[in-house]
Amino acid sequence: MRGEAERFFDELGAVENPRAAYRLLAEWLANTPPEIFEKRRQNAEILFRRIGITFAVYGDGGDPERIIPFDVIPRLLDAEEWRFLVRGLEQRVNALNAFLHDVYHEREILRAGVVPEQLVFQNASFAPEMCGVSVPRNVYTQIAGIDMVRTGEKEFFVLEDNVRTPSGVSYMLENREMMMRLFPDLFAQHRIAPVEQYPEALLETLQSVAGPYCDGEPVVAVLTPGHFNSAYFEHSFLADQMGVELVEGSDLFVRDNFVFMRTTQGPQKVDILYRRIDDGFLDPLCFRPDSALGVPGLMNAYRAGTINLANAVGTGIADDKEIYMYVPKMISFYLGEEPILKNVATYACGDPDTCAYVLENLSELVVKEVHGSGGYGMLVGPASTREECADYAERIKANPGGFIAQPTLSLSTCPTFVGSGVAPRHVDFRPFVLSGDRVRIVPGGLTRVALKEGSLVVNSSQGGGTKDTWVLEASEAPAGPADAASSPVDTSMEQ
Amino acid sequence: MLSRTADNLYWLSRYMERAENLARILDVGLRMSMLPHLEGGAVSEWRSTLAAAGGLAGFDAHFDETTAQHVVEYLAFDPQNPSSIRNCIKVARENGRAVRTALTGEMWESLNATWLELADVHPQNLERGEIAAFLDWVKERSLQFRGSAYGSMLRNDGFFFTRLGTFIERGDNTARILDVKYHVLLPQTERVGGSLDHYQWAAILRSVSALGSYHWVYRDNLKPWQIAELLILRPEMPRSLSACLAEVNNYLDRLALAYGATGETQRLAGQLHAELRYGRIDQIFQAGLHEFLTDFIGKNRHLSSEISTQYLIG
Amino acid sequence: MLLQIEHDTFYRYDAPLRYTIQTLRLSPKNEPMQQIMRWRIETNQNGFMPQCEDSFGNITHTLAIDRPHDYVSVKVSGEVLTRDTGGVFGFGTETMPVAVYLRETDLTAADAAMTEFAEQLRSGSRGADLSEIELMHRLCEAIADTVAYRIGETHSETSAARAFAQQQGVCQDHAHIFVACARRLGVPARYVSGYMFHDPHGAEGEAAHAWAEAYIPDLGWVGFDPSNRQSPTEAYVRMAVGLDYRGAAPILGLRHGGGEEDLEVKVRISQAHSVNQ
Repeated sequence: MRGEAERFFDELGAVENPRAAYRLLAEWLANTPPEIFEKRRQNAEILFRRIGITFAVYGDGGDPERIIPFDVIPRLLDAEEWRFLVRGLEQRVNALNAFLHDVYHEREILRAGVVPEQLVFQNASFAPEMCGVSVPRNVYTQIAGIDMVRTGEKEFFVLEDNVRTPSGVSYMLENREMMMRLFPDLFAQHRIAPVEQYPEALLETLQSVAGPYCDGEPVVAVLTPGHFNSAYFEHSFLADQMGVELVEGSDLFVRDNFVFMRTTQGPQKVDILYRRIDDGFLDPLCFRPDSALGVPGLMNAYRAGTINLANAVGTGIADDKEIYMYVPKMISFYLGEEPILKNVATYACGDPDTCAYVLENLSELVVKEVHGSGGYGMLVGPASTREECADYAERIKANPGGFIAQPTLSLSTCPTFVGSGVAPRHVDFRPFVLSGDRVRIVPGGLTRVALKEGSLVVNSSQGGGTKDTWVLEASEAPAGPADAASSPVDTSMEQ
Repeated sequence: MLSRTADNLYWLSRYMERAENLARILDVGLRMSMLPHLEGGAVSEWRSTLAAAGGLAGFDAHFDETTAQHVVEYLAFDPQNPSSIRNCIKVARENGRAVRTALTGEMWESLNATWLELADVHPQNLERGEIAAFLDWVKERSLQFRGSAYGSMLRNDGFFFTRLGTFIERGDNTARILDVKYHVLLPQTERVGGSLDHYQWAAILRSVSALGSYHWVYRDNLKPWQIAELLILRPEMPRSLSACLAEVNNYLDRLALAYGATGETQRLAGQLHAELRYGRIDQIFQAGLHEFLTDFIGKNRHLSSEISTQYLIG
Repeated sequence: MLLQIEHDTFYRYDAPLRYTIQTLRLSPKNEPMQQIMRWRIETNQNGFMPQCEDSFGNITHTLAIDRPHDYVSVKVSGEVLTRDTGGVFGFGTETMPVAVYLRETDLTAADAAMTEFAEQLRSGSRGADLSEIELMHRLCEAIADTVAYRIGETHSETSAARAFAQQQGVCQDHAHIFVACARRLGVPARYVSGYMFHDPHGAEGEAAHAWAEAYIPDLGWVGFDPSNRQSPTEAYVRMAVGLDYRGAAPILGLRHGGGEEDLEVKVRISQAHSVNQ
């Protein structure tokens, strides 16, 4: 860890001279014996298991209801850093929504040659069924989870835009609950912006995109694939927190092109579905005919505008790993602004010259499958053996178009409790951006931490854990309850 | 509320109640098997326990010999027995997990903790002397769950369906427990009304926590028809068929009021309750206690399927 | 040619159904080669049947019945005035980007054998000089030569690759194979469903029919019917298009309950002698 300190930006800074945001935390870390961390960690695990926050890992064979390891040491962002992130996130998500509307209607960005046509129309994530379909307020990705990494004092990069059905927000909320229970004193010392208003912000966002056929209070429901899904806890948690029904496909049916829930008092019309089912499973009459998770006829109702879906169908075209490269250009094209958040340099192996470069430099790159996710099937060059690199090279050669490569980023580290004591571990960050009548971003997000020493893979399916993320309020701000502290950061859609 | 949610709540509470009553049925078996015997071990007692739990055929398919250990293992733990205590708790929890949002935090934590604790109980490590303690634990967990539901749920339709499940299941189970006495054979040397007979009836009363109540209500020594009357007709006895149907009626009426509509279930439940409310124990004995109980179990099952049709399928 | 069409579909079930939903793509539109004089769809859904136009430009209706029933009946009747355009449909008014019709679907994925089959057409004698339209005509002929028309060997979910491998199939399979091969050759292509009138004195054939269209830059969409070795004539009524059968199927449905299904389809097309105004 000493050697790494030079290569990686540590968010706490030097132990003897910590960065301002971490000053109190560093003191606390120095004065707290490791036994206390271990005890609190165990408390947290017992509580998580009792509440039932578990996560199924596919093909694991072990405990089907594993809990994601929770690290009791928080990750901190100061007020200025957060303001910067909020501006960048809002800008980015606005551009992504504009791109989605454009690509399913006028396609100006393709005509202008800014994004290559063949990346779109041939892409499995593009949904031809959405062409010409209008969605309320032209918002496609009501909920976006933007994966970011930090590499320096002012260096933040966007690694991936998740605009299909991003998950993880329940961990943001539950981790905060846990920290407040475990370390009330530490909380009292800091001025931490609350995140508990997220479900309310989500409900407001969803209700604000009800379609033209909705009269009265919009009826929202969360559509889940069911309790065998790995993120089921989150689906039920959010439905519960919003006070709306958690439905499965079989609870819904279509009549007269409206979508109804089967209730003990007969059918009830639904206006907005926060769906946590992938596009392909939504409607067996339109997509995969073997899907038993969806609602037959849903797409016809959606086209007719009698129901709205969050997120929209076909948003995957905007977070495709190849389209990702063009997001900075989208920002200039649609908003006429300079991108605030940076992209990571990305090499698409489909281009022969680029592919040759990638193959030559495999040991220094991270290579991902264009259509992969969850950290599966990727190669982290610096952490791989020669044989692993050679094997992977063969896979790339067999299908160059299926891979992209990026330089290995020096992910920042954060102090993390690792059993023997506190040590730096690599972290990333996923804030959640809500788009409806306006953009809402709750001050916080999900910090994922690679618990293995030196590891850069933070995915929970690959042994990653989570941390609470504290956004500190500016020290000069009054601490009154009516202050900005109690409401999410609102930023108008107008530029 | 969603029909599926109502369905899950209904079955969740049915299965928790069933787990408790299986514990009660096993308790009867355990007590009877400890009574002084003349010959043949306690085979007849254990067979009657199995019959009451509806598990005779399933048991015989898995075991050659009826021993205390086998019966306890089958009724309490066997993963192959769909109605073992373990499976009841498992199914209850799965139902609960599927409608997590409809449960209060207390209900879920109670349910989940029960399941996690049960995972640490292994029949092979359970000594004979610990069985009673285990059965007590099951009853205690069911009681705790029911208490958490009663104490924390909003008094709306979700609560009504939860309670309906409890009382439909309890009515069924009380009828079955009472029926144990029909299946258990008295040794030829024993006479009806003799000491063994007496102990068997006492075991049944104890299993439904009603020995004290019996003495309080009748101020008399144990008489079979009074015991049957207590468990079938007495409205003040909380596990009697009459009391169960009164509750079923009550919650169906409250549903009808909340929804502004009545249906077939309200009619059926009213009819069944009236039979019990105005029934007489001498007539029941004349027609045959076993026949009466079998008839009741059938009607109760029919009522349950009508509840499904009216509310739970949607 | 003035064609009278009657198309009855009748599903009977041996147990009551709780719910049926069907997407109907049973409405032809006014196009350069056809004018709809009269068109009517009757079903046993009581009342209103919602209509919309899908992304591919097809008129769709949603039939949904959510009360107990033991049959579903869809009766179509109408009159269409057709003319021969040499199989050329043209550019149409739809807004779907042509490049979308290069996408592969499960039913139209070309395997190695089909790819080779398609490539050979291009590289055959004086292949380099073939224009796209010639290439497509060749493809149409080649499929007719290679894949025999035979009823009962395939079903509605049979993929192009499967039908090609067994070298037999019906019009749906011919159209799928055409579409899959054309896309492999870089020509956007789509599946078309409709009707075909057979001269009572001529050869017999299916009245409910399917063929393919390929996109030729100067002409727009041009129809090819491998089952009849020709491009659509005035005997054709064009109803719906899609990436494959599923996107253009006249009826696509799902049901809850019902047990065994007994399906009866009757299609009658005749030539009317005068135009009904």
